[in-house]
Amino acid sequence: MRCLVTGGNVKVLGKAVHSLSRIGDELYLEPLEDGLSLRTVNSSRSAYACFLFAPLFFQQYQAAGPGQEALRCKILMKSFLAVFRSLAAVERSVEKCCISLGGRSSRLVVQLHCRYGVRKTHNLSFQDCESLQAVFDPALCSNVLRAPARVLGEAVLPFPPALAEVTLGIGCGRRVILRSYQEEEADSTVKAMVTEMSLGEEDFQQLQAQEGVAITFCLRELRGLLSFAESANLSLSVHFDVPGRPAIFAVKDSLLDGHFVLATLSESDLHSPAPRSPELRRLVPPLQAHSTPHLDDFANDDIDSYMIAMETTVDSEGSRAVPSTSLSPGLRPPCSPGPYSEDNEAEASTQPGTPPPKKFRSLFFGSILAPAHSPPGPSPVLAEDSEGEG
Amino acid sequence: MKFRAKIMDAACLNHFTWVSAMIAKLAKTCTLRISPQKLNFILSDKVANGGVSMWCELEQENFFSEFQVEGVSAENKAISLELMLENLSQALKTAWNARALKIKLTNKHSPCLTVSIELLSVSSSSRIVTYDIPVKVIPRKLWKDLQEPTVPVSDVSIYLPVLKTMKSIVEKMKNISNHLIIEANLSGELNLKIETELATHFKDLGNPPSASEDASQDRDPEQMAEVHVDIQKLLQFLAGQQVNPTKAVCNIVSNKTVHFDLLHEDVSLQYFIPAFS
Repeated sequence: MRCLVTGGNVKVLGKAVHSLSRIGDELYLEPLEDGLSLRTVNSSRSAYACFLFAPLFFQQYQAAGPGQEALRCKILMKSFLAVFRSLAAVERSVEKCCISLGGRSSRLVVQLHCRYGVRKTHNLSFQDCESLQAVFDPALCSNVLRAPARVLGEAVLPFPPALAEVTLGIGCGRRVILRSYQEEEADSTVKAMVTEMSLGEEDFQQLQAQEGVAITFCLRELRGLLSFAESANLSLSVHFDVPGRPAIFAVKDSLLDGHFVLATLSESDLHSPAPRSPELRRLVPPLQAHSTPHLDDFANDDIDSYMIAMETTVDSEGSRAVPSTSLSPGLRPPCSPGPYSEDNEAEASTQPGTPPPKKFRSLFFGSILAPAHSPPGPSPVLAEDSEGEG
Repeated sequence: MKFRAKIMDAACLNHFTWVSAMIAKLAKTCTLRISPQKLNFILSDKVANGGVSMWCELEQENFFSEFQVEGVSAENKAISLELMLENLSQALKTAWNARALKIKLTNKHSPCLTVSIELLSVSSSSRIVTYDIPVKVIPRKLWKDLQEPTVPVSDVSIYLPVLKTMKSIVEKMKNISNHLIIEANLSGELNLKIETELATHFKDLGNPPSASEDASQDRDPEQMAEVHVDIQKLLQFLAGQQVNPTKAVCNIVSNKTVHFDLLHEDVSLQYFIPAFS
């Protein structure tokens, strides 16, 4: 692989790496025919981010050597980020950036051609890896809103920078509402301040969502994409569905597109009074009764069954649909990472056709809405192909 | 119990934000006392505060275009609330370009001071930010701790030098010792001394006319009144004063207390630091 980035695009690439660094510790670099893809996933597998730079983004783009298969690699985010550490310096002095993989070097070579003939070469060690695939389709989400990133950037300003989670929803009069989400801790005497920002429909370029829908996700993970989109002056679109299903945040222009897929809290997570560790909470609708989770107990079925799902790619539709909460403890499949299909069948047989309708108290104006049943079809999956992994 | 107020003027809003930020530098939590004419930020001299106490007062009509408060009963027209100052500061910081700010006492699962800010925006639709600041209502039986402090009869009263200068000096002294001596006399001289003979002398500061004629006449103008104080406490006080006040007086009660009495335009701030024990 060999690609050459010049001019202002070097800074754009740098900014993309900065925003990916807010999510994960490893960067998956894969040269495709469509362009260079940079991806990452967070340690709890609850956030996935990907940027795809089209061939036209580069002055030269060669995905693979002649007759060679495209190499892909995984590098430490820290190392790649170090190349673009100071965006101001990159903007000021870097004229070209050349990224190459393969050939004689057993390293990923990133060479910055700077002013005054200075050349900085970074030789980064990498690991071979399988493709980090996340199967998601924004078109399958029933709700979408889109606004200039600047508007969304202004919308999150009132929130304390340390705030982790936020709830986004549509309130009365089709106002878009963002509200800080704090887990209720039964034993806590110190209550946290609640911050809420309400924006009018007119601020949005597209708003296709019903009043009362709301999702809760990690704002901290989104800030990286927000700041990228603001600096590139792009619009950000948010595709979401029912609580519990991942939300997709996307930016796009003619030369690149970026997608951040973040897990959202499911309804039962939102109402459970028991304190949970963040990883547990992030998962898609849990199987278990709410009374079980212990902070240290990672043997909780929730994680395991979800992690099993993580390790493989999508196979048939329907069987991948998220198991419903009707599964009683006695019927839970064992927590061993057996071959996916076995566990899947066990889950599928105990799962009714659709989850029972749940009462979901709207966060915004106290009405009780019964959410639509989960749509059938493949649900978004974050999976690293486990075949061939050492 | 009811409280409802509104600020519509940008200058008033900025000034109120500034007051809140200043108080937030002096304490983490304090009591906000709301009465029909005044707003007070109070820190009473409990052990938790290290013996330091503070009384800040402002006239509500200098800030609010609408102001309505009702206490628990007809004769008790005041409300006392304990809150975390950084919450209030965070809320007010967002209001820097607001069209209007409303504050209301509400009950959302628990008592809150709800600050509602309508932001100026380029588009036709308004943007509204709401902060629900959790507060603790202080019952009347505890109000006796929240009285305005009586100004102690001081041995020396002196006008302070530029506070920023004082702060940078004390800042340097804190690395050498953890307490210092403040001494002043009626000839307009103020000294800040630490043990190892490092001292800063301020001259020609002037002394305010003393309240008690007899006391000042008896006292030798050159004689210093001194008090040992904890440097950190003094520094915390000075750090909150980034703008030089309209009036700044220091009253020393020998070996007991130092009382700072400041006036920032229309906001008065009194700060008491006890002698180092």
